[in-house]
Amino acid sequence: MTSDSITELWRYRELLYFFAWREIKVRYRQAALGVAWAVIQPLFAMIIFTLLFGKLARVPSEGIPYPIFCYTALLPWTYFSSVLALASNSLVSNDSLLTKVYFPRVLLPAGTALAGLVDLAIGSFLLVGLMLYYHVHTSWVLLLSPLVILITMLVTMGVSMVMAAANVRYRDVRYALPFLIQIWLFATPIIYPVSMIPERFRPILALNPCWGMVSAFRACVFPQLPFDFKLIGTSIGVAVLLFLGGAYYFYRAEKSFADVI
Amino acid sequence: MSIAITVEHLSKQYQIGHAQRSTTLREALTGLMKLSFLRNWQQEDTIWALRDVSFSIERGETVGIIGRNGAGKSTLLKILSKITYPTSGEIKVGGKVAALLEVGTGFHQELTGRENIYMNGSILGMRKKEVDRKLDAIIEFSGLEKFLDTPIKRYSSGMRLRLGFAVAAHLDPDVLIVDEVLAVGDAAFQKKCLNAMENLRAGARTVLFVSHNLAAVENLCQRCIWIDGGQVRMDGKSRPVIEAYLGSVTGTQALAADLDDVQNRRGNGRIRYRAVEFLSPEGISQRVVRAGDPVVMRFHYVVSEPTPHPSLGFRMYTDLGTLVTETSTWHHGINIPLLETGKGYIDLEIDCLNLLPAKYALSLWATDDGGNVVYDNVECGVTLEVETANIYQSGKDLDSRCGIVFFPQKWNLSGTLRTVRESVKQASQCAPQTR
Repeated sequence: MTSDSITELWRYRELLYFFAWREIKVRYRQAALGVAWAVIQPLFAMIIFTLLFGKLARVPSEGIPYPIFCYTALLPWTYFSSVLALASNSLVSNDSLLTKVYFPRVLLPAGTALAGLVDLAIGSFLLVGLMLYYHVHTSWVLLLSPLVILITMLVTMGVSMVMAAANVRYRDVRYALPFLIQIWLFATPIIYPVSMIPERFRPILALNPCWGMVSAFRACVFPQLPFDFKLIGTSIGVAVLLFLGGAYYFYRAEKSFADVI
Repeated sequence: MSIAITVEHLSKQYQIGHAQRSTTLREALTGLMKLSFLRNWQQEDTIWALRDVSFSIERGETVGIIGRNGAGKSTLLKILSKITYPTSGEIKVGGKVAALLEVGTGFHQELTGRENIYMNGSILGMRKKEVDRKLDAIIEFSGLEKFLDTPIKRYSSGMRLRLGFAVAAHLDPDVLIVDEVLAVGDAAFQKKCLNAMENLRAGARTVLFVSHNLAAVENLCQRCIWIDGGQVRMDGKSRPVIEAYLGSVTGTQALAADLDDVQNRRGNGRIRYRAVEFLSPEGISQRVVRAGDPVVMRFHYVVSEPTPHPSLGFRMYTDLGTLVTETSTWHHGINIPLLETGKGYIDLEIDCLNLLPAKYALSLWATDDGGNVVYDNVECGVTLEVETANIYQSGKDLDSRCGIVFFPQKWNLSGTLRTVRESVKQASQCAPQTR
């Protein structure tokens, strides 16, 4: 099963590129604000969180200015949440494709994940700007960020595959999703540092696959932060399992997409 | 010759109606709690779209697939294109497959014509380099050079069709599967498509062609497979298969309608209609009847147990569903004391069939005296085709545009003659006298 599927995916690699290209073109063609959209979401989240949590609630931020503390986590998180929202509906919104032509169906959510990298890239410009503004001292660890992006994509694809496949059969999944993402936001150390969580709860929260990706990304920018290998490793492990499990579920569900959609 | 497509004992079952599993997560979860997933499937909840279909197609053959609507042709194509999977059985397709189940798959409204060519081409399996190479040819075929950089949401449906087909016509697969895409488009476009298909065929490719355009099928395909009710009814040279298929649809047998095999009927079956014949007054069976002809409708039936006082009759409808007339032994106040077990027939003698030329459908029914117990009811099981005739002795060709019925009639002009005489008189009075 797997080797055939992988060779097939490789054969269809151009289609993946076309799906991503289509999404990017369509998204930016008619939007008045165009490219700025990619930055607005994490930017405004950062502003609101800074005002509410940084200033009002006085949430500590490990000696780092709260805005950038928050933003480094928001960047991978925004990628995750926006891709998940789009990808989980990607199969249903392309139902005519699913019933008329064959291609590996996973290319649809994968295309969304690929297209999301453009937004991520644009959002990271703002990060660079913030880093300059706050005179952040970087080190070589920053070069590891592409690896963390890869892990982010892994997490995102894992959850997206499950949601996309589930949404084909159970149409209310996409309505449950925004709610789920909201809760997930608070279960991930974006707004607050890990140090705020009591020690005994940390292993449980480490089962959140987004934990690892957010903490690792933050650590790339701020290498002085304590880096708990065990916890982050657990989270990434969960992400990998989720990816494999999601892929398997998708593969099994794929056979009946055209009949059920 | 190597085999391009092999289909072995292919079956596809669909679940219909309430047997489908719940469509929302909420329902699924509550169902789980009620343990309702332990309920058994009932037989009526599934249909077999395909049942034990087997055939093989060699490389280079062009095969047509024909059959009534709902026979399972599209399902077969979907399985061959890997869009859906069989319930049982196996298929093997060798080589690069391109399935054209729709023209313009993958088109996105916001993208321009040019961008959509790439999108569509890629979806159909063409590499980007291949599209680059064939781009000019595709553009020329479509005839849409001027509009290539406009988003296709501004295109008319005909333009979209031309664009989609231009890409499809430049596919280069080993196996091409085409599903009724020629059903849309004007005559010129259809001709263009057929030519393109011819070219594809000439390239020693294997082509599977599903269409209702039997002339096109006969022209393009050496071999035909007739799918009926999910099974292969006939598989062989095109002409005999098409003729057999047409024969079953229009019924060129002596009987106007053979109702023995019709399943779609109500009633307890105590009296069961077997066939209907249309006869001339001399007793000769006729397939078509002309307007105004005398005709005898003979209704053959079989009775399973002696039935007292039945009523037999029918309703006649136009092809749009308008009820033309209903008649029966009850309407005529006829009392049939008893119908014995076994076969029999009842005749309705019509002196003059006052129906304008068209196709009509008959729904036959047989009930007890009060119309409460239904023995048999076959909806629209019989077609009566009324041919043109010189109805009013005028030589004019009249049809359903003039209505449904006509009456024996004659126009009388005697009242008009005085007016003519009057106006002639007036005219001669007004005209200057010339000497």
